[in-house]
Amino acid sequence: MSGHHTDVEEHDATNAYQSLSQTTAVDDPRWAFGTGVEDVQAEITSPVPDGVDPADLAAYCLMLGDDALICSHRISEWVSNAPELEEEVALANTALDLLGQARVLLARAGHVEGLGSTAGSAGSAGRGRDEDALAYLRTESQFRNVALAELGDELDFARAIARLLIFSTWRLALLHRLLGSRDPVIAAVAGKGVKELTYHRDYAARWTLRLGDGTDESHRRMQAALDAIWPYVEELFRTSDEERRLVEAGVAVDPAQTRAEVDAVLDEVLAKATLTRPQRPAIGTIGGRGGRQGLHTEQLGHVLAEMQSLARQHPGATW
Amino acid sequence: MPDTDELAAGFEAEFERTIAADQRIEPRDWMPDAYRRTLIRQIAQHAHSEIIGMQPEGNWILRAPSLRRKAILLAKVQDEAGHGMYLYAAAETLGVDREELTEKLIDSKQKYSSIFNYPTLSYADIGVIGWLVDGAAICNQVPLCRCSYGPYARAMIRICKEESFHQRQGYELLLAMVNGTEAQRAMVQESVDRWWWPSLMMFGPPDADSPNTQQSMAWGIKRHTNDELRQRFVDMTVPQAAALGVTLPDPDLRWNPERQAHDYGEPDWEEFKAVLAGSGPTNAQRLAHRRRAHENGAWVREAAQAYADKQAARSRKEAAA
Repeated sequence: MSGHHTDVEEHDATNAYQSLSQTTAVDDPRWAFGTGVEDVQAEITSPVPDGVDPADLAAYCLMLGDDALICSHRISEWVSNAPELEEEVALANTALDLLGQARVLLARAGHVEGLGSTAGSAGSAGRGRDEDALAYLRTESQFRNVALAELGDELDFARAIARLLIFSTWRLALLHRLLGSRDPVIAAVAGKGVKELTYHRDYAARWTLRLGDGTDESHRRMQAALDAIWPYVEELFRTSDEERRLVEAGVAVDPAQTRAEVDAVLDEVLAKATLTRPQRPAIGTIGGRGGRQGLHTEQLGHVLAEMQSLARQHPGATW
Repeated sequence: MPDTDELAAGFEAEFERTIAADQRIEPRDWMPDAYRRTLIRQIAQHAHSEIIGMQPEGNWILRAPSLRRKAILLAKVQDEAGHGMYLYAAAETLGVDREELTEKLIDSKQKYSSIFNYPTLSYADIGVIGWLVDGAAICNQVPLCRCSYGPYARAMIRICKEESFHQRQGYELLLAMVNGTEAQRAMVQESVDRWWWPSLMMFGPPDADSPNTQQSMAWGIKRHTNDELRQRFVDMTVPQAAALGVTLPDPDLRWNPERQAHDYGEPDWEEFKAVLAGSGPTNAQRLAHRRRAHENGAWVREAAQAYADKQAARSRKEAAA
């Protein structure tokens, strides 16, 4: 090995020491940690497209954002609990991607809701809540995510994979169709999110094959996981009133239209994995209302109790 | 043809020449058994520390008080899993495998850094772990970038770069907290009070009580003594503490103009030994957690293996057809 090589490494080593001695916060893009939030920050204040009700747009951003935030929380529960280090890295990465999408969508929701009631008078100064106020200070009934995102898995890897397979297949189908959304923030999230969700779906599909076509035990567990989660699939294709109006305005996608694609992908993966598509009735609604209308399973309250506890203990604090 | 003794003597001379010239030993090079054993022990211990270290920080991911802090913490813990992977891979070049090392960890036959046997009790601990614990780890690790064993040195170069981000993020969190509410400032001071002495212990026992140091230095595995590194850390940290407005809990800490260094008090080495012996606040919890994760994952790893075997058999069959 040449002496020159050693010099290069010594130089790096010295830099590591230098950075230790810095006492000021350095504005390094790495601090955003690949969440991509800074990339689209400028667009969050883009005007609401013509003919779009800001209240509908805010609600829709919450739906897409809450799906990502709550699912990210569930995946994060795997940190330090995964079956292998490669899975630690992949699951944390997936949780980070979804968290990044959630941050942009909540920020957009907050901005747009601020315009809603004051349109014309307060103008762009009438900014609403920020991403943290929306994540940490809303109650259960104000969350708009689907039930699938909030389902716990009790650290059963098969249940985590079943949830991720269905969630990512569906969300990828949505984001593909949102690439052309008239809302520039939603279109930007879709642009980044399609690449991310393609990876998440591929990861979940590969594990579905390994578990389905692995050992007798893994096959049994994977089938049981699919059976347990299947009643929550129906909700993914139900169209809310806000979505229906925003489809007209060219901002949203009708989730019902993703059904054929999602079914085809799931059927193909399950068949290859020697698994059977479950025949299970969908969970019931309350007066036709579900997650999109703020009606959740009993589990969401526990997710929020944990997620919001520290932020709520310190009103007015900055972190 | 030379006999085996002569061959061994030749290899050993070559090894000594490589070390003396400050060049790298690579996996296929001859090395003394004791050198190999020392490296396996040290690299495994380092890998285990990365993996166990995910627990105290993971303890706060779900409760992180802002989405930005959550993203930073999640990314940091993900980096630690990645560091564990590089380090286990470096250890594997010495003829052991990850599974075997993991078994040794959960059977308490190999150690990990004692610092992770302390609990994280507030969000300030996330900042203080970045600032003090990662800071101390970097002081220990930067010289390892020049370690005589090539794969370890190369893993450490990559790890040190990421660690310095972690250290700065920790410090930046504390800076935000001390500029926040009174309760946040109190939280930072309380956390520093708990972590300061354990951080100093991370450099290991005083040189007089460190039996392995001389051999490790002769082999180029270690470059500085425990006390030298501890001093460097103290000198680096004092001005940072002042900038934060926190007090380091050591009445003997003061600048010594003659030595051009800070004098500081003696850590409680009895506590250090007790934690090392397994009776720290969270030793049992950390190991039980790691064991549970490993055992709960056994059926998943078996499935992956069974699937890979089936796939290999299918492609053999296709190739034969």
